[in-house]
Amino acid sequence: MYTEKVMDHFSNPRNMGELDDANGVGMVGNAKCGDIMKIFLKVSDDGIIEDISFKTFGCGAAVATSSMATELIKGKHIEEALKLSNAAVVEALEGLPPAKLHCSVLAEEAVHAAIKDYYERMGMHEKAEEIAENEHFEEHEAPREH
Amino acid sequence: MDNAATTALSGEVLNAMMPVMTECFGNASSIHAYGREAAAYVEKARAQVAAAIGAAPSEIVFTGSGTEADNLAIHGYALRNKKRGNHIITTTVEHHAVLHTCEALEKQGYEVTYLPVDEYGLVTKEQVEAAIKENTILVSIMFANNEVGSIMPIEEIGKLCRERKIAFHTDAVQAVCHVPIDVNAMNIDMLSISAHKIHGPKGVGALYVRKGILIEPLIVGGAQEKRKRAGTENVAGIVGLGAAIEIGVREMPNAMAKVKALRDRLIDGILSAIPEVKLNGHRENRLPGNVNVSIRYIEGEAILLMLDINGIAASSGSACTSGSLDPSHVLLSMGIPHEIAHGSLRLSLSDYNTDEDVDYVLSKLPEVVAKLRKMSPLYNG
Repeated sequence: MYTEKVMDHFSNPRNMGELDDANGVGMVGNAKCGDIMKIFLKVSDDGIIEDISFKTFGCGAAVATSSMATELIKGKHIEEALKLSNAAVVEALEGLPPAKLHCSVLAEEAVHAAIKDYYERMGMHEKAEEIAENEHFEEHEAPREH
Repeated sequence: MDNAATTALSGEVLNAMMPVMTECFGNASSIHAYGREAAAYVEKARAQVAAAIGAAPSEIVFTGSGTEADNLAIHGYALRNKKRGNHIITTTVEHHAVLHTCEALEKQGYEVTYLPVDEYGLVTKEQVEAAIKENTILVSIMFANNEVGSIMPIEEIGKLCRERKIAFHTDAVQAVCHVPIDVNAMNIDMLSISAHKIHGPKGVGALYVRKGILIEPLIVGGAQEKRKRAGTENVAGIVGLGAAIEIGVREMPNAMAKVKALRDRLIDGILSAIPEVKLNGHRENRLPGNVNVSIRYIEGEAILLMLDINGIAASSGSACTSGSLDPSHVLLSMGIPHEIAHGSLRLSLSDYNTDEDVDYVLSKLPEVVAKLRKMSPLYNG
């Protein structure tokens, strides 16, 4: 049911883990629904994503979309990274089963949430507001931390 | 490790089926020699199925699956006995073959009580008794649960139903050839069986219907199966079911002792090797081959995929594997929170599994769990 590309990113996830020196962190989803994605960004002074990582609780598609999303925006400017769409993630993975498309949406949202957090930390509240306005972050329950 | 989903066809069963798939191709309804030969095969299988559960051959109706047997029992009985009442009692942890049939009947004006279960997935005779009303015509409670393996107090419930003159159906698809069944001693009026769960072929099942219990056919268009189920008999499948159930019951004492030992070693091994894992279902009162655990901080489908990469076939009650947004209705009914239910893993053993299989799972599962937990933002181990 999954493409080889999805299985590859699931079995060998890229950029998996945490970044100690992250300056933008976003987490979306909730444990009740079975998907949580957390993205860590290290953005340089000129707005380039120097480093990125993720941690995901979820199914094979959730892991693969997180992995692919980090790979697609690593080294890009954050303004460009903001343009990452879930469709682009799906395309890069050579397709997802229809029931798993929501995972790619979650990956897009996780990237946006991390960039929003970066803007807020930098005091760029207008920019952060813009992201919030451009999307309707779903109401998510606070995930349970271990 | 997914024998509750299906089992390998037994070589002995295949041998029994071969003549029917080659030289004996007759239609069991035909009057000529070919037909009579096919009919003889069907009647032999009917006797084998009946003997396995302490029934008479005339009380066995062959169907296309266990699901069809459940449909026929509940829907067929409800339609035929509507004048006597319209209330049915079942449980929240039944297979969807029962639940969806009951839901369909609700739309047709029937009233259904879904009994809640305890933390082990069990109901009591007292709960059934309290739910009985003047218009109750049927109680349908599974013999053993397909997900967590819990074995219901069938004998007690059967006795109660007999005393109260209410028909009692049990979906025994997971229990046949795993635990002893006697429809008379247990006062069972209808009982569903599936062949492919007991090393038989797919596409064939049976419903035991006690003499005197009247049901309406759901499939019409012929006089087969005493007008309870029309359509030319799946002779090869029926022969396979007969052989499989005869072998299964004959081998049950030895086979299930072996399977139970494998199960217990697997449960103990998992619980001791992996922290924050909980066994779902009852420790002792469970099917000999059923293991179901919830592994915290990770998700079931991811576990299955990674086990599959390692050559291990398993199953899960996570939402991703149930095809809906909610995890298993059985685990939720047992009071297990969504986030824990998402991390459930079912390993189901048959007598074809070996000590080496258990060792292999115990060598791979902790690695798989560690790898996924390392990925999980919920785990800070």
